Formats: sequence, C-alpha cells, structure tokens
Amino acid sequence: MKKDVISLAHGSGGKLTHQLIKNILLPCFNNPLLSPLTDSAVFEINKTRLAFTTDSYVIKPLFFPGGDIGKLSVSGTINDLAVMGAKPIFISCSFIIEEGLPLSTFKKIVRSIEETARYAGVSIITGDTKVVEKGSADGMFINTTGIGIVPSEINLGFERIEVGDLIIVNGTIGDHSVAVLSRREELGFGESINSDCAPLYNLVEKLKPYWGDIKFMRDPTRGGVVGVLNEIVERKSFGIKLCEKDIPLREETKAICELLGIDPLYLANEGKILFFVDPKKVEGILRILHEHPLGKKASIVGEVIPEPAGKVYLETSIGTKRVLDMLIEDELPRIC
Amino acid sequence: MRYVSEFRDQKLAKRITRRIEQLAREVGREVRLMEVCGTHAMAILRFGIKQLIPSNIKLISGPGCPVCVTPDQYIDMACEYARRGFLIVTFGDMMRVPGTGGSLGEEKSRGRKVKVVYSSVDALRLARSFSEEKVVFLGIGFETTAPTVAASICMAKEEGVKNFMVLCGHKLIPPAMKALVENPRVRIDGFLCPGHVSTIIGTKSYEFLARDYHIPCVVAGFEPLDILQGINLLLSQICQNEAKVENEYTRVVTPEGNLKAKDIMRRVFNVSDSQWRGLGVIEDSGLTIAEDYSFYNAQFRFPVETALSHRNSGCRCGEVLQGLIEPEECSLFGTSCNPSRPFGPCMVSAEGACNIHYRFGARDKKNEKGCN
Amino acid sequence: MCLAIPVKLTSIKGNKGWVEIGTTTREVDLTLLPEAKVGDYVLIHAGFAISKVEEKEAKQLLELLSTISY
Repeated sequence: MKKDVISLAHGSGGKLTHQLIKNILLPCFNNPLLSPLTDSAVFEINKTRLAFTTDSYVIKPLFFPGGDIGKLSVSGTINDLAVMGAKPIFISCSFIIEEGLPLSTFKKIVRSIEETARYAGVSIITGDTKVVEKGSADGMFINTTGIGIVPSEINLGFERIEVGDLIIVNGTIGDHSVAVLSRREELGFGESINSDCAPLYNLVEKLKPYWGDIKFMRDPTRGGVVGVLNEIVERKSFGIKLCEKDIPLREETKAICELLGIDPLYLANEGKILFFVDPKKVEGILRILHEHPLGKKASIVGEVIPEPAGKVYLETSIGTKRVLDMLIEDELPRIC
Repeated sequence: MRYVSEFRDQKLAKRITRRIEQLAREVGREVRLMEVCGTHAMAILRFGIKQLIPSNIKLISGPGCPVCVTPDQYIDMACEYARRGFLIVTFGDMMRVPGTGGSLGEEKSRGRKVKVVYSSVDALRLARSFSEEKVVFLGIGFETTAPTVAASICMAKEEGVKNFMVLCGHKLIPPAMKALVENPRVRIDGFLCPGHVSTIIGTKSYEFLARDYHIPCVVAGFEPLDILQGINLLLSQICQNEAKVENEYTRVVTPEGNLKAKDIMRRVFNVSDSQWRGLGVIEDSGLTIAEDYSFYNAQFRFPVETALSHRNSGCRCGEVLQGLIEPEECSLFGTSCNPSRPFGPCMVSAEGACNIHYRFGARDKKNEKGCN
Repeated sequence: MCLAIPVKLTSIKGNKGWVEIGTTTREVDLTLLPEAKVGDYVLIHAGFAISKVEEKEAKQLLELLSTISY
C-alpha cells in the first residue's frame, strides 16, 4: 500500500480516518465548533441552540435487506442530530448519479427518502443533482445535510461523563453490516438479517423525562461500537469497560461473525445509539427504551471506569480482559 | 449458541485453570506448547487464554495459517491469470497477500476480474452462470478445506462444466509438524492439534509424533474450555513423561476422521512435495490435482510462467511461522509492518500470527496480563 | 480458514441441506457427510457439512470438566 495516497482505509472510520481529520482537516479548518468532532456541530443563534451536520453515503450495494441508500441517507443524518439531542427539522439532499442508472432505480430511492423523511417528521428543503460518467460513481452517491433545534433541557457533552456512568445501547449490534455483507458476498443465506437502519429521534424524544440524566450520546456507525468509544476516551482521564456477556446480538449475527472471523463490536450500525447515563437512573431509562419498537433489546453494555484511562477494554465471557483498540482498516469497506 | 456458549462457561474455565496451575507448578520448567491452526491462534488471543495460564507455560504459534505459508509464486500465478483476463475466484483472506508484483486486491483495483466467495461451490455456480468466463478458483487451505474443493471439482466433472478450474495450493499439516520437530532450532514440548483439520484426517494422523518423536499431542476444539482442557491434558502428559495422542474434541473428531472426505481427496488429489513460505520445501506436504481431473487443473490447461521470487530482507515471517520468535520480537512489528501496510504475509492474513497479535492488542505488553 | 460452526440441519434434498441459524437458513452441501439426518447438529465449513456434532460427547466433556479436581 502506497504511503502518500488516500486508500480505502482512510474512509473506514478507523485510525487512518482519524489521522486524516487530526493532521489535515482540523488544522486547516481550525475553529472551536469543529474541534470537538461531535456528530453534529452545535451553536447558538439568537438564543436558540441549533445543531448542524452533514454526511455522504457511498454504500454498496444500493439496496440491502431492510433498506437502501435513500433510507440510510435520511436516517443517518437524523441520527447525527438526534445524538446531540437535536430535533431534526430540515434536510438537504444532493445526488451524484452515475450515467446509466435506471430511472426506476432512481425513483425507488427517491420514494424511500420521502418515506423516511415523512416518518421522521423532517422536510427536504433544498438539494442538488449531478450526473457523472459511467464508472465514476458506482450507481449513486448521496450527501445529506441536516439542521435541528436543541431543546434547553438537553445538556450533553464530554465534560459531563463521569466515572461510574453506565453505557446503554438500544438493541442488537452489527446487524447493518451483516445485512449488507450478506447481500454483497456470496454468503448464500436464505432470508437475511435486516439492517437496523432507522431514524432514532423519536426514541430520544421519548426519553424526555430523563434528558437531564443522559450525559452523552453517540451513534456507532463506521468503526462500530469500539471505534466510537475509542474516539470518546481518547486523551480523557477515564476509560471504558465493556462486558462481552451483556452485548446484545442476534443469533444470526453471532453465527455469521463466528463463521467469518469478524468481531461484531467493530461493525457499523445504522439504528443504534450509545447512551452514557447516570447510573441511578438507568432502570427508568431502560423501561422507556423497552417500550419503544426501536429499543426492545436495550441493554447496559459497559461502564465508565477510572483505569486504564484513554482505553476501551472488554471483559470477555470467561472473565479475562483485553484492550479493544481502533482498527486500522475496516472489516467491510463502503458500509455506509 | 448451542454447542458454543456451554464451552465458554466461566466457572468451568476457573476449574481447569486451577488444575493447570497445579500441573505447571509440578513441571516447574518452561513448557512450550505449539498450535498449528490460525483459528486456535485467534481464539487464544480473543479469549485472553494467556492471562489464565502460568507464565512458565508458553503458547506459541506455528505455521497454521494457510495464506501465510502460501509462497509468492502462487500469488504471482494468480495475478498473472487475472492479468490474462481469467475470472479469479477466491476466499477473502487471499486478497491482500502481496506476491512479488502486488496482490489480487491491487489487480482488482486495476480492473481485473477478482471475486471473493465463502465456498468453492459458489465459484462453481459463477462458472455455470457465466459460461463465457474462464474461472480459476484459488484452492488454498489445509485438510479442512481441501475436501470441499475436491467435492466441487467432482461436481464440475459430473455436470460437465467446462470453464471451472482450480489453482491448487492446498497443503497438509502433519508433514509440517514433522518438519518442525525435526528442526533442531525449534523446541516443542507438546502440540495442540487443529480440531477441524482433525475432523477430516482423524486423530490417528498424529500418532507418529507421539511414537517416533515422543511429543504429546492433544486434538482440541476452539472454545475457551476446549483450549484450556487441551492445555490441561498436554501438561498431564508432560508431568507423567508420557507421549500419546488424546482427543479433547470428541464431539466432532474421531480416530479415523471423515472417510468420505478422505476418499474424495484421494480421488481428486495427489500428494507431492510442496514449498512453504518460511519453511522451505517439505516432503509430501502438498496436494496437486490428479490426472483424471487435469481438465480442472488451471496449471495444466493454461500454464503460466512466473519469475522466481526473492523474499524481501528484514521480513522474519519464516521465523514466526516456526514459532522461533513471537511477532513482537520482529523489529518491523507494529512499525513498518502493520495491517494497513503489511510487509509480510503473517501480518496480512487475518489468521496470521502477527495480524492476530496486532489486532488483539498485544502491542502493549502490559495489557497482556489484564488491565487492572 | 478453519472457521466452522455447529448448526442444526432442518431439511435435506439430495446432497444439499438447509441449516438453521437463528431465524435464517443457509444451504449447505452434504457431499462430505452423506449420513447426516434432519435434526442433526453439524459442523459447517466453507459451505459444506464436515462432521456431525455428537451431543453425548459434548455432555460427557462438560461433565468431566465439572469434576476436575485440583
């Protein structure tokens, strides 16, 4: 692999992506709203807190069990707003379409975008369409940008995370990646697992009685649970312990991961949030999550610990421990 | 998961661990137990097995990664077929292994036809669906995989599929184990024998090691309890100065193995000497396609020439593959050789010792013994 | 790749079978395990069933492990 060119690994959400951001993008764009590197930038205009985010979707294949690039492009951006506590209101939608894409495919994806946006209560108010020569875009790429309003009761931030806080995930992990993989590779599965792709603001909204007790949220997309948690603990005075026994996994995901030798903790999710919560309020939070269709399998998966600071480690099912480091390269490229 | 979770029971693990501690004290000296299966290497690191056993018991990795021991020449041939417009179909782990002129992944990014599959049956399916393509399936793997490829070749012959071929690079484990024990530089006090290879070849295949070389052997499964029990049984033998072949994995392994699989292999393949990266040529350690099936032998139907390769200096994969050094002892480990910029095959393959050690956090030696 | 998992065989047709993985099914080739029967647990590797999983042996091992003394 050559040193001085961008490789696929730079897009995986792992170590190389991180380096690209830290070494090139941050110094160049240099501003305090960008540097926290949260899922959305949050700022105040005329006493209203707004959240602003953008994401590009290059997933292959365009259609996968449980969703398509359209549904993904809306859900993903809504979720980046939702984890900042923001109620999403407007989305932009830009298409880069490969010459030769059938019109029926385009229409199907556009309908999917509309359906997802309607379900989530957001409007698409601006956009753009470009077409590039055959071979330059692999069907279609989509970029969506979203804007949302952060209610005053929400107060999220790294600085709120304390030792003893518990980490909850709202359901089974790894499903999106496995769904895409089963469509991409010749795995020969009959009915596949569905991606968990879904907009999650409604779930966050239902947690309103506990908004004050939620310290931080993050959605584990590229890089998986491990990638995202490593980003959070980097250079902090705390670490994170995950308990293998408590990680919710579907049987199929478990089996496919065992069969292919991949670790579900590193796989992308598109319908999950990691909540850092006050341990005293965890029962109430779980109760609300369990009553929501997107939170039925919610579980406590870990906790914030004092040592080793700056690291994420796993307590295995047999009681041993190992550090979970960020991967250099993604198990599965072009996953979202 | 049935037949999986029960073998990850923490309480039982503790029991076996206590017994291992007792035996380790009895033995006293350093004991070197070698596994020759990438899946064992992965399981040992994934479950933190090394944290549970006393420091005088060393678990070392041998040449159990089929991708790692595949010589440059094979990769070069596969790349040459790709360049000539053949449709190369392969198991995933072969994609990133570099030959002398690059990897299959790089050929693919240059527009050649390379596809990853999970089974050789899928390669055959591709050949049927795309009859205009000349399909070359890369037959890499040990005795667990070889019979599946043999079965696909048989199917191709029965059905008269004309565009399906195999570039055969299968290798056999017991001859490699023999070569290791005959190497005076390699010190092995016991073998943790590969559980799934053994479902095919049977436990009797290892008897020569116990009988002629006095090396204790235990065929073990891949769950934490299997591996711990395997270590337990090996230590028991060592304490009693015994050397025999024991079977821990009786739920799937028998003394004779899978007779149907062995029969298919005998029909489709011949045994020959074979080149192992890092270990040199080992007698009777590889498979080639038999004459009756030469129509499905890519090398026979469309021979390609490749230049003799010369391994880059600095790469110590050969020593890692023989258990002579740990991955961390190679000066390139983690620095100029890491999964995103691998220098040697042990870092490229997901089953390579270096890749496994890197991924499971063995970079920081402190963390190997836990993080409190 | 020696990765193999134990799964339940839920139907057989000729030398092909279907195994259950959670709520999903996958086709496997039974050429190497012609004696497999519906209801058996089998080890699958690279799309083929390579061995039957013997429940009795599994139970015996677990029992043995629970009686290890130290």
